Amino acid sequence: MIQVHQLKKSFGDRTVLYDISADFYPGKCNLIIGSSGSGKTVLMKCLVGLFEPDQGAILYQDQDMVTMSREERKQLRQQIGMLFQGSALFDSMTVEQNVMFPLDMFTRDSYQTKLKRVNEVLDRVNLKESNKKFPAEISGGMKKRVGIARAIVLNPRFLFVDEPNSGLDPQTSMVIDKLIKDLTIDFNTTTVINTHDMNSVMEIGDNILYMYQGYKQWTGSNKDIIFSDDEKLNNFIFASEFLQDAKQMRMLEAKGHLPSNLTDTSKP
Amino acid sequence: MPLFEHLGRYIVTIKGMFARPENQKMYWKEFMHQCVEIGVGSLPIVLVISVFLGAVMTVQTAYQLVTNLIPRSTIAVIVRDSMLLELSPTVICIVLAGVVGSKIASELGNMRISEQIDALEIMGINTKTYLILPKVAAALLTVPMLISLSIIVSLWGGRFVGDLTGIIDTNTFDRGLLEGFKPFNVTVAMTKAFTFAYLITSISAYFGYNVKGGALEIGRSSTLAVVVSCILILLADYILTLLMLKPA
Repeated sequence: MIQVHQLKKSFGDRTVLYDISADFYPGKCNLIIGSSGSGKTVLMKCLVGLFEPDQGAILYQDQDMVTMSREERKQLRQQIGMLFQGSALFDSMTVEQNVMFPLDMFTRDSYQTKLKRVNEVLDRVNLKESNKKFPAEISGGMKKRVGIARAIVLNPRFLFVDEPNSGLDPQTSMVIDKLIKDLTIDFNTTTVINTHDMNSVMEIGDNILYMYQGYKQWTGSNKDIIFSDDEKLNNFIFASEFLQDAKQMRMLEAKGHLPSNLTDTSKP
Repeated sequence: MPLFEHLGRYIVTIKGMFARPENQKMYWKEFMHQCVEIGVGSLPIVLVISVFLGAVMTVQTAYQLVTNLIPRSTIAVIVRDSMLLELSPTVICIVLAGVVGSKIASELGNMRISEQIDALEIMGINTKTYLILPKVAAALLTVPMLISLSIIVSLWGGRFVGDLTGIIDTNTFDRGLLEGFKPFNVTVAMTKAFTFAYLITSISAYFGYNVKGGALEIGRSSTLAVVVSCILILLADYILTLLMLKPA
């Protein structure tokens, strides 16, 4: 579990995060949502230690990351996996070498053992026979999956995902979302996802933190969102008329006024 | 950015480079990779430039020695000492600042912009140690080797062209090479090579590692790395020459 207490971060005169407090639970997809410039990326970078907060605490299993020594932080980081917005794969390495890199760096296993593990995780993210390809030779969705494979290869307890669906088509986005959700449940990881993809919010948002202009505006689950009367959240989530209609239908469905098969899009 | 801010950040970057490696085998692998990149990768351009430097130096020295009172072997003496003390270390390192320096700056800049450095940080890897130290160490090993090779090849170039053009025959050239040879001059050349190797890699790595922005900034930092490296090479060249060769 990750707990954030009264986190504050400024860049010069500009304050980006104001007293953020939140809990991120294991085995759940914890989403940080908000419009561009709301501070969600800064929050995530503070959580993983890429930015130092000005004040506040970030507790990983009750251990404050902010006050940790360099060596302690190094140990903690080996329990963290992260998928970056642009995948951040090493250009000069093949898919296999990218995924094997953390194993090479932090284990003393034989090449065969490492290769077996690499093939396991590549199989887990549905990427077979791409081992020898370079990042430039694979699609955006495949890059994301390689990024996920690299992030989970050391069995991390904490998984951070920054904008997993940016630049992907809706169908691939759903595949990635499902993959992240499955991995979170299977390995009981504390998964923190930074997104503004509404489909992700509604599909995998077990625990949602909505940020508005650097403040924590709302918290709840994807089920709570439907009934939320927070105006800023509603304006953000249900921005279009179509989405507002969808919300109304979901509300009616939840109240039992609408047969659930009417909203089941899988049926013709 | 003010000069002192750059200097402070440069010192912090270099200081951060010295930390215990997470896995010595991986660092060794990276060091060897950089030796190949910097040493073997620069070899063709160093050889070509050195041959022509030696050749031009021989012809030019012969042109300036118009009197018959000075023996022809003096041409070889001048070419040898010029190549050893100044031309090979300085000119070759300025070329290397362009070839190796811009490559290091753009490689690290690209890694920074595409979040590859952040990815390494999050894995728990000291990125300054892993990305910068092997480059600096590889340059400290391979650049003096390249300079040594450059000196030999440039002298061969001078000897070959001298004979080809009838300026100086090979026997006279060889005799000249041994005339009044001071081994200390080799020490000067190697001192310059080590110093310039450190400057090229550390400055380029500093500019690349600290890039902020996008593709345009990578280009800018790469250019800035080459310009600053060249200026500092010339400054260091002057200081070292003053310290090591100033007549008593």
